[in-house]
Amino acid sequence: MIDYQFNIADLCFALPELFLLGAISVILLLDLFLSDRFQNLTYYLSIAALAITGFLAVDLVGMSSVIFYGTFVLDSIASSFKVFIVGFTIVAMIYSRFYLSVHGLLKGEYFILVLLSVLGMMVMASAHSLLTIYLGLEIMSLSLYTLIAMARDRAVAVEAALKYFVLGAIASGLLLYGMSMIYGVTGSLNIADIASFAMISNLISEQILILNFGLVFLVIGVAFKFGAVPFHMWVPDVYHGAPTSVTMFLSTVPKIAATAMLVRLLIDGLGEFQAYWADLFMILGILSIAIGAVVALLQTNIKRMLAYSTISHVGFVLLGFVTGMVEGYGAAVFYVLAYVLMSLAAFGCIITLNKKGYESDKISDFRGLSKSSPWFALILLIVMLSMAGVPPFIGFYSKLFILQQVVSAGYVYLAIAAVVFAVISAYYYLQIIKTMYFDEPQKDIKVSTSIDMHLVLSINGILIFVLGLMPSYWMELAVSLF
Amino acid sequence: MESLLSLLIWMPIFGGIATLVIGNNRKSIVRWVSLVFALVVFALSLKLWTGFDSSIAAMQFVEKTPWISYFNINYHIGVDGISMPLIILTTFSTVIVIVAGWEVIKSRVAEYMAAFLIMEGVIIGVFSSLDAILFYVFWEASLIPMLLIVGIWGGQNRVYAAIKFFLYTFLGSVFMLISLIYMYNQGDSFSLSSLNALPLSLTEQSWIFWAFFLAFAVKVPMFPVHTWLPDAHVQAPTGGSVILAAIMLKMGGYGFFRLSLPITPDASSEFASIVIALSLIAIVYIGFVALVQRDMKKLIAYSSISHMGFVTLGLFALFSIVEMNSDGQIIGSIEGAYLGLEGAMIQMISHGFISAAMFLVVGVLYDRLHSREISSYGGVINSMPKFTGFAVLFALANAGLPGTSGFVGEFMVILGSLQANFWFAFLAAMTLIVGAAYTLWMVKRVFWGPIVNSDVATLSDINARELCVLASLAFLVLLLGVYPQPLVEVMHLSIVNLLEQALTTKIMSPL
Repeated sequence: MIDYQFNIADLCFALPELFLLGAISVILLLDLFLSDRFQNLTYYLSIAALAITGFLAVDLVGMSSVIFYGTFVLDSIASSFKVFIVGFTIVAMIYSRFYLSVHGLLKGEYFILVLLSVLGMMVMASAHSLLTIYLGLEIMSLSLYTLIAMARDRAVAVEAALKYFVLGAIASGLLLYGMSMIYGVTGSLNIADIASFAMISNLISEQILILNFGLVFLVIGVAFKFGAVPFHMWVPDVYHGAPTSVTMFLSTVPKIAATAMLVRLLIDGLGEFQAYWADLFMILGILSIAIGAVVALLQTNIKRMLAYSTISHVGFVLLGFVTGMVEGYGAAVFYVLAYVLMSLAAFGCIITLNKKGYESDKISDFRGLSKSSPWFALILLIVMLSMAGVPPFIGFYSKLFILQQVVSAGYVYLAIAAVVFAVISAYYYLQIIKTMYFDEPQKDIKVSTSIDMHLVLSINGILIFVLGLMPSYWMELAVSLF
Repeated sequence: MESLLSLLIWMPIFGGIATLVIGNNRKSIVRWVSLVFALVVFALSLKLWTGFDSSIAAMQFVEKTPWISYFNINYHIGVDGISMPLIILTTFSTVIVIVAGWEVIKSRVAEYMAAFLIMEGVIIGVFSSLDAILFYVFWEASLIPMLLIVGIWGGQNRVYAAIKFFLYTFLGSVFMLISLIYMYNQGDSFSLSSLNALPLSLTEQSWIFWAFFLAFAVKVPMFPVHTWLPDAHVQAPTGGSVILAAIMLKMGGYGFFRLSLPITPDASSEFASIVIALSLIAIVYIGFVALVQRDMKKLIAYSSISHMGFVTLGLFALFSIVEMNSDGQIIGSIEGAYLGLEGAMIQMISHGFISAAMFLVVGVLYDRLHSREISSYGGVINSMPKFTGFAVLFALANAGLPGTSGFVGEFMVILGSLQANFWFAFLAAMTLIVGAAYTLWMVKRVFWGPIVNSDVATLSDINARELCVLASLAFLVLLLGVYPQPLVEVMHLSIVNLLEQALTTKIMSPL
C-alpha cells in the first residue's frame, strides 16, 4: 500500500474544481435575489465561471500528482479532459440560452445545474478511488435528471426524467455492486492499489473469479452511461423527451466523462484484466454500431434519430478500447471528441429552427432548409456527412483511426462489419440532407438566432471541416494522453 | 510552375466557394465568374500537357508535404502519362458543362456552378493523388457534389437516384478503405509507391483485389453492379450526366490502372478471366439492353456501360497475352498487351468526349420539349438541320465509325484481345454491330422521317452557345479519331512501366 498524505499545498492541484464549487455557491445565492429582469446575469456569470475554470484547468496541464489521501489524481488525462469538458460546455451553454429564451425556460437553475454536472464530470475525470468515481458520477447524474425535468409541464420531459432516473439508479446500483466485489478482493478503494493488487499471476483462481464478476458489473455501469447496446433503452426516450438544449448537453459532454470513468476503472484499475473486458466491449461495440444504424432508419423524429446515431458512435468508441493498445485508447478519445464536436453542431442547427411554442424536432421540419437558410443547411450538411464518415470531414478521420487500430489488433472482420453498418447508417444521414436540399420548403420556415449563437455555430461547423483537413495534431494529442 | 497541380486542385474549389459567396441572386455574375474560373483552370491544365516530359515514366509535377504525420500520410501529388490526359479531360468537361448550363439552369445558379467547380477540383485530386488516403479522401469527397447535383437539379425521381448513387458507391469504397488500412499496418505507409512495393501473399492479394474491385467496378460500372448508373443518368441534369459519364466513370477505370494492377498483380492475374467475362457480358448483354430502351438518356447510359467494358477488357486481357517467366523476361506478344492497355486508355478519353456529347445532344432536345422519350420525337432534322448534323456525327462515333475517336480505342482493344483469345475479340467486336444498331436506330427514330407532331415542327435550331459546345466536342472526336498518336506517345512509357508492375510477382518466395 502506498502511504498517502494530505498536504495543504495540494489544494492547488484541485483548484479548478474548488473554484467551480465556490462559483456555483455564489451564483446560486445570487440567483435567489435576482429579479426576472436580470435573468441573463446568471448566464453571463456561469459562462465567466466556466471560462475561469477552464483557464485554471489549462494552467494545470502537464502537472501530475495524487492528492487528498490518494483519492484525487491529476494527470494528463484528467487535466485535458477537464479542459475539453469545460470548453464544450461553454459552447453548449451558448446554444442553450437561445433555446431557453425562445421557450421561456430561461431560469437561473438551469445554468447552475449545468455547472454542477460539470463539477461532477471534472471529479470523475480526476477520480483515483472508487468512491470518488461514484461521487462524481452521482453529482453529474442527479444534476442531469433534474435538468431533464426542468420543462415540468411537458409530459414527455417528465417521463424522460423519471425513466432516466430509475434506470440510472439501477445502473449506479450495479456499479456499486461491482465496486464492492473489487473492494472485497483487493481490500482497497484506491485505483493504484487495486491495480497493483490485481496482478493475475499473483491471484488465486477464486479471486480472479470474483474480480471478473465485479468487472462485469463495472462494465455494465460504464456501458449504461455511454448508452451502449443492450443498455441503451433509455437513450432514445430521454433524448426525445428532454428539452432540446438538455438533450444536446446530455448527448455530448457526459460522454467525455464516461470515457474518463472507463479509463479510471478499467484501464488504470483493472488493466491486467484487459483481455476480459475487451471481449465484453467487442460485443457491446459491434451490437451498438449495428442496432444504432438499423433502428435509426425508422425514426421520424430527429432527436430520436440522433439518439440512435449516438448509440452507433458509442459503438465505435468502445471498439477503440478493444484493441488493448495505447494508440487504440487514443483513437477512442479522438473519436469521442470528434463526436462531441459534431453532435453539438447538429443540435445547434436543430435549435436554430425553434420558435416560440414550437419544438422543431421532426425531420420534416427541415424541409427546404437550404433555401430559407443556406448557411445553417450547409453546416448541417457537413455535420451529417461527417457523422456518416465521409471525407474530408473530421468524422471520417475518427473512423479511420478506430478502424486502423481495430485492423492492426487483428480484428479485420470487426472492421468490415463496422464499415458495413456505417454505410447503412449513411442512409439516414442522407435523409436529413435530402429533406434539407431536395424537398420543397414549407411555407413558414424561419430561422432565427442570436448573434453569439450564429457565430459559435458557424465556427463549430467550420471546425468540423478544418479539423478534417488537419487532424494530425489532435490524433497525436489523444494518443499522448495515455 | 512549382505548384501547378495544387493550383489545379484548389483553384476550382476556391472558385466554387466564391460563387457561393456571390449568391444565387446575381445570376449573370455567377455565370461569368464560374466560366472564368473554369477557363483559367483549363488553360493551366494545358500547361501540364506542354510541360510533360513523355520520355520518362516517373511521376511529374510532384509535390510532397507532410499532411497527417501521425499516419505518415503526405499531401503527395503528381501525374504520369495515365493521369495527365484524364486531368485535361476533367478541366475540359467542366468548361463544357458550365457553358451548357448557362441559360438552362435558372434556379440556384450559384450552387449549381459551385458544385461543378468543386467537383472539378476534387476529381483532379483523385487523378493526381500519390497517397492512398489522399486518393480515398478525394474519391469519396467527389460523391458529395454529385449527390447534390442529382438531388437538387434532377428529374422526377431524383431523390431515389441520388441516394442510390451515393450508397452504392459508398458501399463499394469502404472495403477499399479497409484494405488500404490493412496494407498500412503491414508497411507503415499509405504512399502508393510503397504499397506497390509491399510484398503480399496470394490470399492477402485476393482479398485486397476484391475489395478494390468492388470499389472500382461500381464506379466503372461493370455488370452486375451497374444498376445505379441508368437511374443516376436519367435523373441527373444534363451537366450532371456529362460529368458522370465523362469523368466519374473514368475514376473507376483509373483505379484499376493505378491501384489494382500494381498493388495486387498476382491476384489480378489470378482473377483476370472473371473480370474479362464480366467485361464481355457488359459489352454484349448491356448492348442488347440498350437496344430496347425508350428513354434516350437511359439508352446512352447503357451504351456507356457497354463501352466502358472495353476499358476493363483491355486492361485485364494483358494477363492472357503476356506473362513473365522466372528470369524476368516477358513472354508473349508484348505489342498486344500495349495495344490492350493503350486502347483502354484511349477508350476512356474518347468515351469522355462521345458520351458527354451524346448527353448534351439529349440535353438540347430536352431543354426544348422536356421529354427524353424517343417516341416524342421524329423528323427533328426538318426543324434542326445544324443540330442533326452534330448529333449524327456523335452517334456514328458512339457506334465506332472509323475516323472518329470511338473507333480507335475499341479497335485497339479488339486487336489486343485477339492476341489473348479469338473469342474475346469476336465477342467484343459484336458491339460494333450492336452499338451501331442501337445508336443508329435511335437516330433514325428521333431525327429522320417525317415530323411526327407539332412540337417537333416548332423546334428552333441550336444557338451559338450550343454550337460552340457541340463543335468543340466534334473537333476533338475527329482529331482523336484521325490522329491519336500524340496521346499514345504521352502515355506510352507509363503504360510500359505499368505493364512491368502488373507482371512482377509480389509474392515473396519462401527462403
